[in-house]
Amino acid sequence: MKSCFINGIGSVTIQDPSYDLYTSEAQDVSYVNYAQQPSYKELIAPGMSRRMAKGIKMSIYAANQAIQEAQISDLDAILVGTSMGCIEDSEKFLQSVIENDEEYLTPTAFIQSTHNTVAGQLALHWKSNAYNFTFVNGGSSFESALFDAMMQIRFHGAKKILLGGVDEIGSYTYSLFQKIHKVKNAEDLVDFFQPQSAGVPCGEGANFFVLSDDKSEKTYAEVKSVSFINKLYKPAHLWIEDFLVENNIACVDAVILGVNADVNQHAFYEECCNYFRHTPQLYYQHIAGSYDSVSAFGLKVAAEIIKKQQIPAQCMYNQVKANRLESVLLIHQSDLIDYSLTWVTSC
Amino acid sequence: MRTKVAITGIGIISSIGKTVEENFHALVSKKSGISRLENFYSKHVNDIKVGEIKHTNEELASLLHLPLEHSYSRTFLLGAYAAKQAVISAQISDINELRTGLISSTSVGGMDLTEKHYKSYDAHPEYLPYIKSHHAGDSTQKIADYIGLKGFATTLSTACSSAANAIMMGATMVENGLLDRVIVGGTDALSKFTINGFKTLMILSDTDNTPFDQNRKGLNLGEAAAYLVLESEYIAQASGKKILAYISGYGNANDAFHQTASSENGEGAYLSMKKAFEKAQIQPSEIDYINAHGTATPNNDLSEGRALLRIFSSVPAFSSTKSYTGHTLAAAAAIEAVYSVLSLQENCIFPTLNFQTPMEEFHLIPATEVYYTPIEHVLSNSFGFGGNCSTLIFSKDL
Amino acid sequence: MEALKQELKVKIIDVLNLEDISKDDIQDSDPLFGDGLGLDSIDALELIVLLDKEYGIKLADPKQGKEIFQSIETMAAYISENRTK
Repeated sequence: MKSCFINGIGSVTIQDPSYDLYTSEAQDVSYVNYAQQPSYKELIAPGMSRRMAKGIKMSIYAANQAIQEAQISDLDAILVGTSMGCIEDSEKFLQSVIENDEEYLTPTAFIQSTHNTVAGQLALHWKSNAYNFTFVNGGSSFESALFDAMMQIRFHGAKKILLGGVDEIGSYTYSLFQKIHKVKNAEDLVDFFQPQSAGVPCGEGANFFVLSDDKSEKTYAEVKSVSFINKLYKPAHLWIEDFLVENNIACVDAVILGVNADVNQHAFYEECCNYFRHTPQLYYQHIAGSYDSVSAFGLKVAAEIIKKQQIPAQCMYNQVKANRLESVLLIHQSDLIDYSLTWVTSC
Repeated sequence: MRTKVAITGIGIISSIGKTVEENFHALVSKKSGISRLENFYSKHVNDIKVGEIKHTNEELASLLHLPLEHSYSRTFLLGAYAAKQAVISAQISDINELRTGLISSTSVGGMDLTEKHYKSYDAHPEYLPYIKSHHAGDSTQKIADYIGLKGFATTLSTACSSAANAIMMGATMVENGLLDRVIVGGTDALSKFTINGFKTLMILSDTDNTPFDQNRKGLNLGEAAAYLVLESEYIAQASGKKILAYISGYGNANDAFHQTASSENGEGAYLSMKKAFEKAQIQPSEIDYINAHGTATPNNDLSEGRALLRIFSSVPAFSSTKSYTGHTLAAAAAIEAVYSVLSLQENCIFPTLNFQTPMEEFHLIPATEVYYTPIEHVLSNSFGFGGNCSTLIFSKDL
Repeated sequence: MEALKQELKVKIIDVLNLEDISKDDIQDSDPLFGDGLGLDSIDALELIVLLDKEYGIKLADPKQGKEIFQSIETMAAYISENRTK
């Protein structure tokens, strides 16, 4: 069966654009966290950039980083996972519809509100006629895109795929999420170990990868398998065991957990931590913030620790040291609805 | 070892009917579903025509035996209705006895609820639960729950080609043994958001849409939902159930020209059709009927026409059923897939309504009457914003 | 007419989010589309809304925009003749 290698990675996160998992000190995650925007001038012409949503700009930047690193010139597929797309523009347009009573509406915000705008703009930027899909499945939007990427390589002869996850904070939607405690409020403490309050520390960002069926000296790791489900019908550790058995995973050298500081979602991770109590455990949303497609940042962490064969101190969730890092399992859930497992190995 | 992808069930609700039979009857009776907007108020009500399903949300909830005190997104209601129909049509009694999945698509998602309640949350805290229904994946999850599915489920959104992409993803999974069967399709409800959005692009017509007509003025928005059940041929044959048709080919490509307009030479459309033929391993000359994207915008019909002329040395009979249903966005490719299956089953070509004057740019005249003739292969096109071009090929036998 | 032209330049920069450009950079007879200011078909739709919102002029057919939006000069002339606000 054809392999699926990660050959390039790019990110725009809530950390400084120069942030490095191993050498940088991460800024603490607060109750709400906006992405730190790099300079887009060199990459996107002002005539295009002026009307681009931040989700599009972040994605082009991150995608470009991944493509430059992988040193590829054309693509066989572009796949994006996003839960709400360019939500700021959706809000802008909807607000105008309501406030102006359906008059004086302008097209730009509407055009960018369609969920596949990012994927469409990536195709335009790289003039790519390739296969182009966008997945919008809540907390497993990115995993759905990754799943399809692997199918394209395995069954449809794709050799170079641009894959990413992106979500942005829209101010009105954010305020609604605060009302229902889906995100933290200003007075909530952000605690990833013993959370006391409901809601996640809201973040935004874009994380992109170049996947290929070919190894190169740039290769970080191999994605072996991804599985996602929208409801758990058995205890978490049994669901994980099924995945390990199905994929013939003999041992797991490290687990990367999507812990998100939400007291209501923590029991799931506690169960996973208990099951993997002898395994090195990592977390990452204290660096990237929380949003539906943030598991893409988790995949970046997996790729980096496999390539470097070292866990960055700031990512350690427990004190178990790693002997080797050849088989890494990402465990993720979002809002007690979307659950996913991704298995990444060295190659 | 790849298996063929058999279609064993179909379900549909559109402005021309809430069952497969009703839709077929309307198609062959040339009965349009285009009318004035009635279900909600819009300032533009007299400037537009729509393919509206004349059932309120309460009526739909009642048909689905759902409690009326809950507020459901119309996108979900339509989707659940059609998905359930498809499951029954495929004679599935225990949906989880085989590895079954759901791949749905939508562009509106819960927007119809969101726009209703947008500013009301402070005064009406009882609406707060609907905040979680806004995103697209929510309707898929609720549809899965409604049909009792416990397996793989995901959601696609690529504007007007969405359902075609859901169908081809499902086909890939069944072909390669990742699933035994999959329910694929799409759902979209009319909303103020989309009506106003398309109005800003100035591509809505104030009269009944006239695809491929020289004097076409634009599209009519519509709402609909449709799903197909795809099964591995072995499983379908083993169960003895009727195979309605096969998915023999599919292709997706990007026009990479403009965010909302199609390129002049229809490059994306040409490429998606080319890929579909390569997958199907059949020649363009073997296509008996094309269900075109045919939105009746000046841009699409010209671009699509050019693409058809590039790939077919002789363009077969074609029509746009959007003249009946309007453009139902994410659901379009799904309802047109159902119509393609009907075309194969009934050996029937459906007309394009309202056609009067051929386009000047080329000699392409859509079918304008219902006629019966042997149909072996049908090609269906769906093109969305973001340059997303998809083509499906349906075949009677493989 | 002069005041209208200046007003148009300011409004266009604002509505189209032309960040790097000031009103002094736009000459009255410079082509707005294609090679001049580099505006495109989506900008044309935005300008159609501007005509309606600020000057009460409703264009039924987007193709009319091609003539009207050739330059600040042509826009100002059309608006003077047809404005209802």
